[in-house]
Amino acid sequence: MPLLAVQDLTVVFQRKGEEAFTAVDEVSFDVEPGQTVGLVGESGCGKSVTSLAIMGLLPSRGARVSGSVRFEGTELLELSDRQMRDRRGRDLGMVFQDPLSSLNPVVPIGIQVTEVLERHRGMPRKRAMREAEDLLRRVGIPDPRRRLTEYPHQLSGGMRQRALIAIALACRPRLLIADEPTTALDVTIQAQILALLAELVADTGTALIMITHDLGVIAGLCDEVNVLYAGRVVERGPRHQLFAAPRHPYTYGLLSSIPRLDAPRGQRLVPIRGSITDNIPWSTGCAFAPRCPRRVDACVEVTPVLDDHEGRLLRCHNPVPVTEEAAVPS
Amino acid sequence: MVTPTRKKERIDQLARSAAEPADKGADTGVSLAASAWRRLRRNPVFLFGAGIILVFVLGAILSPWLAPYDPAERMLADQVVKARNVIPPAQPGHPLGGDDQGRDFLSRLIVGSQQTLLVGVCATLIGLAGGMVLGTLAGATAGWVDSAVMRTVDVMLSIPGILLAVSIAALFPKPGLYTVIIAVSMVQVPVFARLLRGSMLAQRASDHVLAARALGVKRKSIVFRHMLPNSLGPVIVQSTLVLALAIIDAAALSFLGLGNPDDNTPEWGQMLGNAQGVIDSHPNLAFWPAGCIIVVALGFTLVGESLRDALDPKNRR
Repeated sequence: MPLLAVQDLTVVFQRKGEEAFTAVDEVSFDVEPGQTVGLVGESGCGKSVTSLAIMGLLPSRGARVSGSVRFEGTELLELSDRQMRDRRGRDLGMVFQDPLSSLNPVVPIGIQVTEVLERHRGMPRKRAMREAEDLLRRVGIPDPRRRLTEYPHQLSGGMRQRALIAIALACRPRLLIADEPTTALDVTIQAQILALLAELVADTGTALIMITHDLGVIAGLCDEVNVLYAGRVVERGPRHQLFAAPRHPYTYGLLSSIPRLDAPRGQRLVPIRGSITDNIPWSTGCAFAPRCPRRVDACVEVTPVLDDHEGRLLRCHNPVPVTEEAAVPS
Repeated sequence: MVTPTRKKERIDQLARSAAEPADKGADTGVSLAASAWRRLRRNPVFLFGAGIILVFVLGAILSPWLAPYDPAERMLADQVVKARNVIPPAQPGHPLGGDDQGRDFLSRLIVGSQQTLLVGVCATLIGLAGGMVLGTLAGATAGWVDSAVMRTVDVMLSIPGILLAVSIAALFPKPGLYTVIIAVSMVQVPVFARLLRGSMLAQRASDHVLAARALGVKRKSIVFRHMLPNSLGPVIVQSTLVLALAIIDAAALSFLGLGNPDDNTPEWGQMLGNAQGVIDSHPNLAFWPAGCIIVVALGFTLVGESLRDALDPKNRR
């Protein structure tokens, strides 16, 4: 049994008197214990909404969540607020994008770490403080005792993100959702944070859902990759296969728009034309069709389904052939 | 004791040893309040405003010793001629002369600061307390409780402040110091409530509250540890500004005859009210209490403004 089974998860935002907007459209994926699964896509494709829906953090008014999210066999979408609150932080942890704004500016780091320990593990303050010191040391924060008494604005960006990871992992959740954890950091710190995440995940056996727009992050970390476009999974496969031979034109486009060290000198990057707002509803065809270089007539007439193409799940009428040269060497 | 085997640890160790000497002067555990204070200490506007407040507060506390005469004693009564509007002028021993009943004006002005400041501070504190209760209730619950509280507050806000204060003061059978305090504070309750609710709502949508919710933190802690402390900045600033307003409102109520009827304990607003009959011939009787009110209000406003700057998160380093 998978640790987390997401089945046909759909999130519809609806405000009174306005047209409903489907942000996440029948997304399904499984996460096995200890596995790292990536959700990739550009801004607005539904990555963050998926994670918030799994955590039960979407507002109750205005957002309709349907489908099924099973965590160790328990249907999370049917839990009461109170039951869900008990699970968040204990079974499911989350790391957010901007480490500065995700920490409470008026509360010292130590209190913010011990808060979870007191809440979920019933630790008395003193023991929780010792545990917090260990946690900060484990995520590589130097001089953790001093940092416990400091406020978020006194820490550097990388250190803040380390502190957030420490908080998220404090109760040893079995699943950690990292929503663009490196986007707000500069490149050298990004690498450190990713290495830290990979190491902690390996050490503790925590499963990880990595949400990012950055394929470089995925390449180094994920076992399986889901590519999202306009709320639907368009391609899924094991990391190496996906990077070696992207089949969906969108994935292919994403990979060819990244600079490569082994590319011939002077070669231009190939951008994906248009923006994610240039799409057509999935009900009438393929949402990516207006931007797709491999568009055929069927793309605007028949909705593509997520099908098995030689071990790869694809939602495409005219996929990139396997024989074409690999975009990125694995 | 730990051998740095992994690269990450080695890098951090290096960073630590490199950072150590430079870090000596760094302030550890400096709270928001402390860093705001550091900025305030060097702000001339704040120092000026705080100086004014200090002078007046000290004056109020020490007034029994500072005032040269008993403010209730009609020592210059023989110089007053009611019918011809003669009021004792400035003279040796009485630098500001006397009032229309022959009482030493300087003494009344000094002792009057007590009542005026007391009303201002008490009214602000009560208004703040009431506003915080309502604002927290509305900001924390959302839904129908929020709507009910906020509509009530809106109704109160729609009535001009001084009119509301007058109506509340008129509800009491006997005017006095406490009716003034209550009337003035009731006017401020909706202001604080609305302000606090607004910043609580902003906090509710903030990333760190979402992060706290993602950790399963209980609602009580979310409200009192994560939302409320972060919402207090504007409320603190507002309360210093309200102090100035409360003093002015209290003076206005006294001026309108809804203040303390006991003429023997002076109060600036009441002195101003007494002066209105003779303002043509003796403008100095209105000038001094009005001037004091303006200067004190200015002091609190300056402190409020500089506090606002100091607590502004955009200035935070």
